[in-house]
Amino acid sequence: MKINRRFKGGEIPTASMADIAFLLLIFFLVTTTIDMDKGLGLVLPPEGETIEIKKKNILNCLINSSGMVLLGGEPIKPKDISRVVKEKLRENSKLIISVKTHEKTRYKDYVAVIDQLKMADATRISIAETD
Amino acid sequence: MKFIRKTTLSSEIPTASMPDIIFMLLIFFMVTTVLREYSGLPIELPKAKRIEKLKSKRHTAHVWVSKDGLISIEDRLYNLKNVRHVMYDKRVSDPQIVISLKADEQARMGVISGIHNELRKADALKLNYSTKTSVD
Repeated sequence: MKINRRFKGGEIPTASMADIAFLLLIFFLVTTTIDMDKGLGLVLPPEGETIEIKKKNILNCLINSSGMVLLGGEPIKPKDISRVVKEKLRENSKLIISVKTHEKTRYKDYVAVIDQLKMADATRISIAETD
Repeated sequence: MKFIRKTTLSSEIPTASMPDIIFMLLIFFMVTTVLREYSGLPIELPKAKRIEKLKSKRHTAHVWVSKDGLISIEDRLYNLKNVRHVMYDKRVSDPQIVISLKADEQARMGVISGIHNELRKADALKLNYSTKTSVD
């Protein structure tokens, strides 16, 4: 028995294909979150390398466990560090800032100090070991 | 005076290859986006102003430090003493690796300093303290 086919030409409509592809593209663009990692860059000194530095070229920066900062022997507010360091760098461009923290110092306070030093364009930052 | 147009150009943009172009774009974006590989530890990142972007995700290794001092690398917890072995392997397989330290803002410097030493021992010296952008 023969079935009479009325429908002829089985083509898939491709006119809306572009729209579908566009929708997919936009969906992927929206859902992928490009969370670029950002932060404060630092290069650690190689292991077992100690260089003798003249005392006048070192600026000690101590952070205690409650987040208070001592810069060159004087207490200072964290937000003033960049200004003071900038001045000191102008006087002595060879200045190395040695950051020393207490074991119980919060990471937040430490990052704030490093950020301030970066703001003062201090490139020579040394991180002393905690005792 | 009237100009007589000899040529009758059809002024339609051909749309037949449009889906192909879009699919190509789609595939390009799908291939180039790197999905987040490791979930890490629940942390609250500190904030900083003078931040720089990490150049490439492929040359980055993440170290998570929670506020309790737990250290996680690639979703596995490590003792401070074992960090150097993991990092040394990473450093050997990719010499230009940058360590992205994702530490909680309440983490103690004792742990962070320990990680510094471990990284120095592993010769992975390029470090990046992962922070949020501070708004004020």
